Amino acid sequence: MDRYVERNGNAPAIVVKGLDKRFGDVHAVRGVDFEVAVGEVFGFLGPNGAGKTTTINMLCTLVNPTSGWATVAGHDVVRERDDVRRNIGLVFQDPTLDGYMTGAQNLRMHAELYGVQRDLVEPRMQQVLKMVGLWERKDTVAGTYSGGMRRRLEIARGLMHSPRVLFLDEPTIGLDPQTRRSIWTYIRELKEREEITIFMTTHYMDEAEWCDRIAIMDHGEIVALDAPETLKAQVGTDRVTIHTDNNEEAIAALSERFGIEALVSGGAVTFAVPAGEKFVPRLFAELELPIRAVSVSRPTLDDVFMSYTGTTIRDAEEDQGVNRSRQMMRVMHGGGRR
Amino acid sequence: MSTTTERAQIATGPSPSAPVVRVHVPQRSFGSELRAIRIVWRRELIRYRADRLRMVTTLVQPLLFLFVLGAGLQTLARAGTHGVALKTFIYPGILCISVMFTAMFSAASIVWDREFGFLREMMVAPVRRSSIVIGKCLGGATVAGFQGLMIICLAGLVHVPYDPLLIIGIFSLQLLLAFSITAFGVMIAVRIKQMQSFMGVMQMIIMPMFFISGALFPVVGLPAWLAVLNRLDPLTYAVDPMRRLVFSHLTISPQAHQALASGVTWWGWRVPGLLEAGVIAALGLVMLAIAIWEFSRTE
Repeated sequence: MDRYVERNGNAPAIVVKGLDKRFGDVHAVRGVDFEVAVGEVFGFLGPNGAGKTTTINMLCTLVNPTSGWATVAGHDVVRERDDVRRNIGLVFQDPTLDGYMTGAQNLRMHAELYGVQRDLVEPRMQQVLKMVGLWERKDTVAGTYSGGMRRRLEIARGLMHSPRVLFLDEPTIGLDPQTRRSIWTYIRELKEREEITIFMTTHYMDEAEWCDRIAIMDHGEIVALDAPETLKAQVGTDRVTIHTDNNEEAIAALSERFGIEALVSGGAVTFAVPAGEKFVPRLFAELELPIRAVSVSRPTLDDVFMSYTGTTIRDAEEDQGVNRSRQMMRVMHGGGRR
Repeated sequence: MSTTTERAQIATGPSPSAPVVRVHVPQRSFGSELRAIRIVWRRELIRYRADRLRMVTTLVQPLLFLFVLGAGLQTLARAGTHGVALKTFIYPGILCISVMFTAMFSAASIVWDREFGFLREMMVAPVRRSSIVIGKCLGGATVAGFQGLMIICLAGLVHVPYDPLLIIGIFSLQLLLAFSITAFGVMIAVRIKQMQSFMGVMQMIIMPMFFISGALFPVVGLPAWLAVLNRLDPLTYAVDPMRRLVFSHLTISPQAHQALASGVTWWGWRVPGLLEAGVIAALGLVMLAIAIWEFSRTE
């Protein structure tokens, strides 16, 4: 009964106040505050080492905060550790399946550890396995699953005990774009069906678009927090790229007429202006130089990240390179197995 | 090929009309802890059954000792064994070490689980850490018990009779030893992060324990330093009652009995078998307590 009241009384699923963590000299998380509403898909975005995993670990009761406090599903993460654990599902960044057991055995083990009512174990298992499309493979040893299947099995396992908050730490890391998209489909669908709050971290900019709200984290601090669209709007500028016969002349003219600082990138002249599509007619009317082509692009989350931190998610990009090669290896190895 | 499979699975995905089965995680209780212990125990059995190679490999060592060493040293040993075959003499020791090695392997799975991440899945569950350790130790003991059973089956080959009472006695001692050794292994495994290091540490501890215990020689008439080490070695108190039990069912001369299985003494006092078993049980419980304590501290 009280669960029902909490859900509809708009008590937030997660409340974080001044949460802070030091590991010796390293100040991993620097006093962050935020709230996540029930039913929200909330994303933590930032480069590796920004403090995302440390924050998630504190919320999951795996790490105790140095100072500050947090509640998850209405329970304090330090004082009511067990109550938090009963109400959350976890999908870790690193795989945590038993490769010797079948998919079904992995889920059953989870259900037993969490004390799921015996008569509900089978139906619930069927439901979550069907949701991630692994029902037919449930009696296969998990060690033979592909990377994407394993991740889906982990998501199914995290859902076995109907958690109120599901934590996903980099749920799509190391997966190919196809599988990443399918995992997102499951996550969105989950939100529709299970009345669940989802808290996830990622360093893929394009994935953050799937979230209702995102918090951008850098050097242990939240530098921006809002809906992806709002954040992008806040950047305030669009990127205009023009192709001309003489780039130097164009740059000089732009500076003279509009006071715009432009630069050459990839053989074209590019610059940032507010409301790019309204600027283009003026550009044609007043530039007095032949323009062969023009394009206007909306800011991406990369631009958002750039505008708040002054850098790109460079190490995230480097990581993607690593993932790509890892993924190639898996395709090569996995090919023979299927 | 991989992508077509993924796509097919998305297409056949969930049917939106199916009702959501909602479960509820109850408050922690004695019953839920028992369930956790049981499932951790069962997982050890599932893994043991899946790993046939391990059943075979852990049998090799005892068989080598029993039949190769036993037969090879037979001529040398003849003078001292009063007509008892060497393989018969070392059989009780082999009964002990076979469970010992298996139990150690079971304990090693904690390190394995840590390396492969599964430990985390158990650590975040709303159950006591002690339930995980207890389940692990019971699982290790059960698996080692199976392995011991295989060695018990060989009794006939080393001229030991298949007496039901004897078998029950041997098996109980084996289970007790297996539990204590698993607890010991878990106690060590909790601190170690890598499989290689664990195996190294195990070699360093197990081999001396095994050699000093008297699994391969009688414990009477030893040089003083070795006698002292022997009495300090916990494994001594598993091998000795096992040997006394086996020898009480052999038809051999009193001299042979006296020379080979007269039992461990403390300052001339012959330690009763039940007390020896008690020593093993007590040590096992102490190590279990330490393992639980250590395990509860780790994040």
